[in-house]
Amino acid sequence: MYSEKVIDHFSNPRNVGEIENADGVGTVGNSKCGDIMRMYLKVDDNGVITDCKFKTFGCGAAIATSSMATEMIKGKTLKEALKLTNKAVAEALDGLPPVKMHCSLLAEEAVKAAVEDYMKKHPEAVI
Amino acid sequence: MNRVYMDNAATTPVSPAVLEKMLPYFSECYGNANSIHSTGLDARKALNAARKKVAAALNCNPEEVYFTSGGSESDNWALKGVAFANRKKGNHIITSAIEHHAILHTCEWLEKQGFEITYVPVDADGLVNPADVEAAITDKTILISIMAANNEIGTIEPIEEIAKIAHAHHVLFHTDAVQAIGAIPVDVRAIGCDLLSLSGHKFHGPKGVGALYIKQGTRIDNLIHGGAQERGRRASTENVAGIVGMAEAIELATANIPEKAARISALRDQLIDGLTTLPYVRLNGHRTKRLPGNVNVSVRFIEGESLLLRLDLAGVAASSGSACTSGSLDPSHVLLAIGLPHEIAHGSLRLSLSDTTTQEEVDYVLSVLPGIIEYLRDMSPLYNDFMEAQK
Repeated sequence: MYSEKVIDHFSNPRNVGEIENADGVGTVGNSKCGDIMRMYLKVDDNGVITDCKFKTFGCGAAIATSSMATEMIKGKTLKEALKLTNKAVAEALDGLPPVKMHCSLLAEEAVKAAVEDYMKKHPEAVI
Repeated sequence: MNRVYMDNAATTPVSPAVLEKMLPYFSECYGNANSIHSTGLDARKALNAARKKVAAALNCNPEEVYFTSGGSESDNWALKGVAFANRKKGNHIITSAIEHHAILHTCEWLEKQGFEITYVPVDADGLVNPADVEAAITDKTILISIMAANNEIGTIEPIEEIAKIAHAHHVLFHTDAVQAIGAIPVDVRAIGCDLLSLSGHKFHGPKGVGALYIKQGTRIDNLIHGGAQERGRRASTENVAGIVGMAEAIELATANIPEKAARISALRDQLIDGLTTLPYVRLNGHRTKRLPGNVNVSVRFIEGESLLLRLDLAGVAASSGSACTSGSLDPSHVLLAIGLPHEIAHGSLRLSLSDTTTQEEVDYVLSVLPGIIEYLRDMSPLYNDFMEAQK
């Protein structure tokens, strides 16, 4: 039911782990529904995401979308990261089964939550 | 790498001896068992012999065995057939909260038709309390349906006692014995049930064939209308090859239950002991009143589907009661009914063994699972937060 890309990102997830003293951290989802995603960002003075890691409790699609989302925002500016949509994450994975589309939404929300956390900690930053 | 199949509660491989018995009924013996000519007669003879075998396995008369398309049809027929045939007497049915969906969803449909259903709860081990069943009986109760053994957590229910209670109150008793056949002794006279459902593919028979035992004299309407097959009670040209296969399979499966159960439950216990010594892993279901081949554990801080996918990558086929594998947003109704919180129910793993399970396979599963659990916990923010809080 999963595409080869989903299986690839699930089997060998990219950027798993946490960043100590991260510049922004966002956690979304809840354990009752079976999905929690946490994104960690390292951001340089130019507002570029130099590193991004994740920790996820969830199904295969949740882990694969987390992995893909970190790949898609690494090296991008915060402004670009905020434009990441769940559709783009799902497409980059060659699609998700309909019942798993909410996982891609979680990935989009996790990125947004991490950027918002960065903004809160760095009110001077302009994006 | 050899695949390790530990999902025998979902389905079992057809045993070679069963397949061999079935094959002629696809080719040289293709007759319709209702035809008058000798080609049909050969099929009829096979059907009669199969019915005798199933009856012998269940300890009933062959006339009390009705072939169906599987466990779900048998459950549907038992509930709907009894409900509509007895509705002048009453409209109340009692079942449990942990039945298979073939029972629960049929009950929900019957509620829409004006029947009232009581879903008795279970305790933390998944056991139905017979006193709860008795207390739920009213003068409108026409049927009690309690499964012989649960498909997810393997708990064996006290159906003999519940059957006695039912009959003391002149209520019919049905049991879904789909998981029990071949695993534990199932004798319809000893149980005292009026109806019993079974399914061929759970005991190394083919898919698409099952049976409903209906005790002589039980009031029940037909479910499938049409021709006069199955003594006018279940229309449709008989699936002769399937029925022959199921009969062979039930004969083999019920031949040496104590010996088989001893071997399989020893393997089961190794898995249970090995897994529950890992931190934050708990057993679901009763420890001893349990199907010989059922292992069900909850692994905290990880989600069931990702555990299954990781196991699959390691060559192990298993199943889970997580929401992601149930096709809905809620985890298994059985795990919720035994009182597990959602987040723990999401992390369940069922390993189900059969006659074909070997010691090497058990050793292999026990060698790969701890590493998989550790890997998934390492990437779990739940585990992260829990460990931080422990410091």
